[in-house]
Amino acid sequence: MSASYFDVDGTLVRTNLIHPTLYYLRAQVTPIKSFKMLARAFSRGPAMALAELRDRRLFNEMLYASFEGMTEDRLRLFSEEIHEEVLKPQLYKGARDLIQRSLDKGHEVVLISGALEVVLEHFAKEVVAQTIIANRLEVKTHRLTGKMLRPIVAGPEKALLIRQHAAEKGYDLNHCNAYSDSYSDVPMLSVVGHPAAVNPDAKLKQLALAYQWPIVDLDAGNERS
Amino acid sequence: MINHPSVSYIDNHSVPRVIFAGTRLIEVDLPVGTRVIYPNPPLEPLKDVDAAIRYAINHPHNAEPLYARLKPGMKVFIAVDDISLSLPPMKQPDVRERILHIVLALLADYGIDDIEICIATSFHRRMTAAEVRHMVGDKIFKAYWPDRLYNHDAEDKDNMEYLGTTDHGEEVELNKRAVQSDLIIYVNLNFVPMDGGHKSVSVGLCGYRSLKAHHNPKVMRKCHSYMDPASSELNTSVERMGKLANKHLNVFTIETTVNTKMFDDPLSFLMKQEDRWNSVERFASKAMIKTLDALPQMARQKIFERVHAPYGVTGVNAGETEATHKKTLKRGFEQFSVPVQGQADILVSGIPYISPYNVNAYLNPLLVTVMAEGYLFNMYRGKPLLKKGGTMIITHPCTDYFDHAQHAPYIEFVHRLLPQTRDAMKLHHMEEDFASNPAYIEMYRRGQAYHPAHPFFMWYWGEAGRQHRGRVIVVGADNSYIPELLGYETANSMHEALEMAQDTAPPSPQITLLHVPPILIADVT
Repeated sequence: MSASYFDVDGTLVRTNLIHPTLYYLRAQVTPIKSFKMLARAFSRGPAMALAELRDRRLFNEMLYASFEGMTEDRLRLFSEEIHEEVLKPQLYKGARDLIQRSLDKGHEVVLISGALEVVLEHFAKEVVAQTIIANRLEVKTHRLTGKMLRPIVAGPEKALLIRQHAAEKGYDLNHCNAYSDSYSDVPMLSVVGHPAAVNPDAKLKQLALAYQWPIVDLDAGNERS
Repeated sequence: MINHPSVSYIDNHSVPRVIFAGTRLIEVDLPVGTRVIYPNPPLEPLKDVDAAIRYAINHPHNAEPLYARLKPGMKVFIAVDDISLSLPPMKQPDVRERILHIVLALLADYGIDDIEICIATSFHRRMTAAEVRHMVGDKIFKAYWPDRLYNHDAEDKDNMEYLGTTDHGEEVELNKRAVQSDLIIYVNLNFVPMDGGHKSVSVGLCGYRSLKAHHNPKVMRKCHSYMDPASSELNTSVERMGKLANKHLNVFTIETTVNTKMFDDPLSFLMKQEDRWNSVERFASKAMIKTLDALPQMARQKIFERVHAPYGVTGVNAGETEATHKKTLKRGFEQFSVPVQGQADILVSGIPYISPYNVNAYLNPLLVTVMAEGYLFNMYRGKPLLKKGGTMIITHPCTDYFDHAQHAPYIEFVHRLLPQTRDAMKLHHMEEDFASNPAYIEMYRRGQAYHPAHPFFMWYWGEAGRQHRGRVIVVGADNSYIPELLGYETANSMHEALEMAQDTAPPSPQITLLHVPPILIADVT
């Protein structure tokens, strides 16, 4: 047995972490509350942009800090709606096929993503993924503190988590596959025997060409799809 | 026996021969007595190709005329040969465009509008929109692309249909739309004798389940040669599968043959024997060699990608698959056949810049071996041109370069699998796992990549030659590790290669230069 590890945002869907976050912040009890939370998030925009350049984990922490004060119920309540309205319509044409072929090979399909686990639970059912390794938020007295639980799933941490998962399941990483769109996921792609750049950003594409990894454009479609 | 005009011998007055070494042309001095086999001069093309097409579909072989098979409202599937034919691609109008115009007009006259045109790619790469447009012309492209003119997708499981299994256990699975159509019209461009016939439908429109039956090392080892259908186990298997398919399908085949007019100016000197060149041709040759030498590889590649061949159409036949193909083969051999007496101890050949599998891309190291042991070795009927255990000398830089978009799976095959083994039987055991890599399959389905099983097929393609030949020596390789991976030796010059080859050859060895392209088939007695 082996596993295929899939990044989600940008790899299987066109969205990034900001899209579901904005959906949550917009969907507060009152418009004023929504406005306040959105304003707070936007005020952090420049800092988040800098963090993204430096360390994806820092970016995630700053982004999810916007959730501070939201009730846990709300997080769960809107997760299915976010999946249906934000993620599902943005699924790349070839995403299901790529996952199905992994299942056909007998691989365990693992989603490994900086997105929130609560949202990915619905997405995993949709694409028939068996395992989710994703971010979780701290809850105290039924409210989100804005802090992330460790480990933070991003950048080099993903590589470590893949190693741990494979070790627990007894998989040989040389026979595992990994898929991502982002240069920040190079560590995750580097630990498996069969990495692939999917809809890659410019830096990852350059690296994939240098290392001769497969490059897949899941949005290209053939003439008939 | 008097020598055929396409066979000459090097003597004291002979000028150097000019042969391909990838995207370069090089002059080689060969020893006195070396036999040089050239392609035959181009046959006179048909004067009115459109009239010949109309005549062929109205007077088909062993079948009713096409018009008699048509009924208003019927579902028609037109399959067309892909970019691997011809090499290089034909100048416009491609003969397939001419046929399509005539056939589509006829279908319209009969009130048939449920028509789909499919490029029969099998496991080859998808053709780009620009390539399809070049092949079918603007008018058809605009009317049909992409909804009703598209590339076959052998990995679209929902669009493949199992037809049955032959008495040899070969499973026949084809494009579902083709199977469900009332009529399949196959439009072929026959470039070498292994093309066309049952191969058109039963390979061009099939999937992995069917390809496995014959694209494997066991079958390839039994091919003597690919260019002699009667002696090819591959052809025998394909025929069995084609016969089964034709029991279920209503197929009307249109096949065409072309002459050897591969090059126009400024490369037309390549169409003549060097000793017959006039001063202008000698100058053109020198100028071309120097120009290509001065250019970087990428520029040379781009120049050759712009070369389209001025092939003349020499025959159009239509009707039932086997009867039509018989006529096609006869016409093809009239062009290609060169009678040759006696085998060679040492066979020399230049490796050109193009093969069926790298149109608009670099001829990578795996394709070098396909050209050497797959195609050039097999350019014979009767006996192999090379004696058993003889030496092949080829000219190519063997640069470790691959076109990522077209040949991504080849890279892993050459750099991860070949270092483990060159044994085709052992590699065959690794094929299924490698060929199911989802990333490579998506590159095949959505990009321009060859299917991940294709590099294995390419290795098997050289299997008959590999089993037969003794050594292969590469002249002009820019590295030694790629030739080593392929199981080849290297030499710095043709002179050195010939000396190396003579170490294992009998005294006074028979040396032959196979002067291609254009194409020839040696009928060796």
